[in-house]
Amino acid sequence: MAAAEKEAGGKSRLLKRGVGLLAMIPAGVIVFRFFTDGLGANPIATALNQLGLWTLILLLASLTCTPLKIVLGWKWPLKVRKMLGLCAFFYVCLHFAVYIGVDQFPPTVDEIYKDILKRKFITVGFFAFLLLIPLAITSSSKMVKRLGFTRWKRLHRLVYVAAAAGVVHFIWRVKADLFEPLIYAGVLALLLAIRLVAHLRDRRAGVAKPVS
Amino acid sequence: MRHRRTSIGPTIPSREISPEPSYVARRQVMTGAAVFAAAGAVELGARRAFSATVPAPDLAALTYRKGPLGTDEAQTPLKDVTSYNNFYEFGTDKGDPGQTAHTLKVRPWTVTCEGEIGKPQVLDIDTLLKLFPLEERVYRLRCVEAWSMVIPWVGFPLASLIKKLEPTSKAKFLAFTTLHAPDQMPGQRRPVLDWPYVEGLRMDEGLHPLTLLAVGLYGKSLPNQCGAPLRLVVPWKYGYKSIKSIVKLRFVEKQPPTSWNLSAPNEYGFYSNVNPDVDHPRWSQARERRIGEFIRRKTLPFNGYADQVASLYAGMDLRANY
Ligand code: HEM
Repeated sequence: MAAAEKEAGGKSRLLKRGVGLLAMIPAGVIVFRFFTDGLGANPIATALNQLGLWTLILLLASLTCTPLKIVLGWKWPLKVRKMLGLCAFFYVCLHFAVYIGVDQFPPTVDEIYKDILKRKFITVGFFAFLLLIPLAITSSSKMVKRLGFTRWKRLHRLVYVAAAAGVVHFIWRVKADLFEPLIYAGVLALLLAIRLVAHLRDRRAGVAKPVS
Repeated sequence: MRHRRTSIGPTIPSREISPEPSYVARRQVMTGAAVFAAAGAVELGARRAFSATVPAPDLAALTYRKGPLGTDEAQTPLKDVTSYNNFYEFGTDKGDPGQTAHTLKVRPWTVTCEGEIGKPQVLDIDTLLKLFPLEERVYRLRCVEAWSMVIPWVGFPLASLIKKLEPTSKAKFLAFTTLHAPDQMPGQRRPVLDWPYVEGLRMDEGLHPLTLLAVGLYGKSLPNQCGAPLRLVVPWKYGYKSIKSIVKLRFVEKQPPTSWNLSAPNEYGFYSNVNPDVDHPRWSQARERRIGEFIRRKTLPFNGYADQVASLYAGMDLRANY
């Protein structure tokens, strides 16, 4: 029994690592193309945009795990939820680093500060980034224990706010064509709706049950 | 614990080959891989623009002389000029026009000149091309998105055409219109902007010697994605003022509507002069990235053409008239 459990643990570790590795491919492609003249006429803006887009994709992927369990009963996505969230954080760090270190080069505190406050799409993007920091810091199971599960869970609900801010960041960035950002907004809305329905259903079931 | 799976296909279910948790994990990894591959495919499909090569179009060489008023700054490579375009009629990604603009038919083409003029007429593009001597002007182009290029245009001063049309005393503004043809311009099939694209200039701006009607660049006819067969070039204003693929020029008494101003009045004004001191809500205008350069350079008032054009706006509040 213990051996089987250990084996299962090994497999889920493999799964997590696999997902983590796969999630690194886009970053690898972007870096490769950046240095091989493969990102078009404005490689800095293109790299920045693609890193931002992958942040959003991975953030939404991590938020898809629970709805998959709710709707389809799949349990395995839950095993990679944390990995996907951490990958999203990795991409937003790259996105931010390219913004500060490349796009705005040479960065001065004064200019960056003004830029973040003045351009409202960057303000919300930065807000989303700030929200993700405590979540990344408290992602380990040690931290879950230290905070207590209820408190930890409440804290990690911030991920919805971060994702919504990420979508708003995208919507406010585009000039006129809202088609692409609205797809992401639609996906996020769907994911939230599934949880809300499940939550309401659970609550009703809970109320119906006599409290013992 | 036992996993049940109804298997109709393979005669040897994978669970009989490898121990159970292994095939489960493998399936999971493969599903994960499929999910990411799908996401990647969608993403790459949507952004195919950047990796695909743009076939060099076969464009007619033009006869022209070197004109005055140009800059001797390093010119942006033709490859970048033709693959990084804001021309929403052909898609909103800057790689789109280079991929899709081949559907534009630039012959036959006419330009309707009308309104407050003595000689209203419909000009055929080939007639128009022979009316005035062509000259090359190397201008800086500053996009509102804080990037810039240096482009060797070939064309003639808009002033030459204006004078030929004999404007009346009521002609205070010029109103330009781009072709509206969703069958040739796929971007017009979605209401991203209120098609057709319209732009305008004050008469003195239109008459200014810097203002060019371009018919070519790098010595050849305009590539479709750069606004063939006829476009405006107003080098001291943000790029969107330089309307592309023009089919109509109307002389009017009142300030005409302009597309980006209609789309977002608080972001884009009628004048749209390049101004490092007035920021756009999305882009700081203080600095710009010259395509091909790494470090942003400082943006100059009127895109470096202040000596020639600042006097047009003497006494005007350029913050209010952005
Ligand atoms: C969770 C956080 C974030 C997400 C999900 C995100 C996502 C995105 C997305 C989807 C885009 C547009 C991609 C496209 O148009 O193809 C973008 C662009 C951009 N983001 Fe973010 N972003 C985040 C945080 C930030 C932060 C913290 C900053 C900087 C302080 C930032 C700065 C930018 C800039 C400057 C662009 C535009 C680049 C350009 O047009 O040249 N973002 N981001």
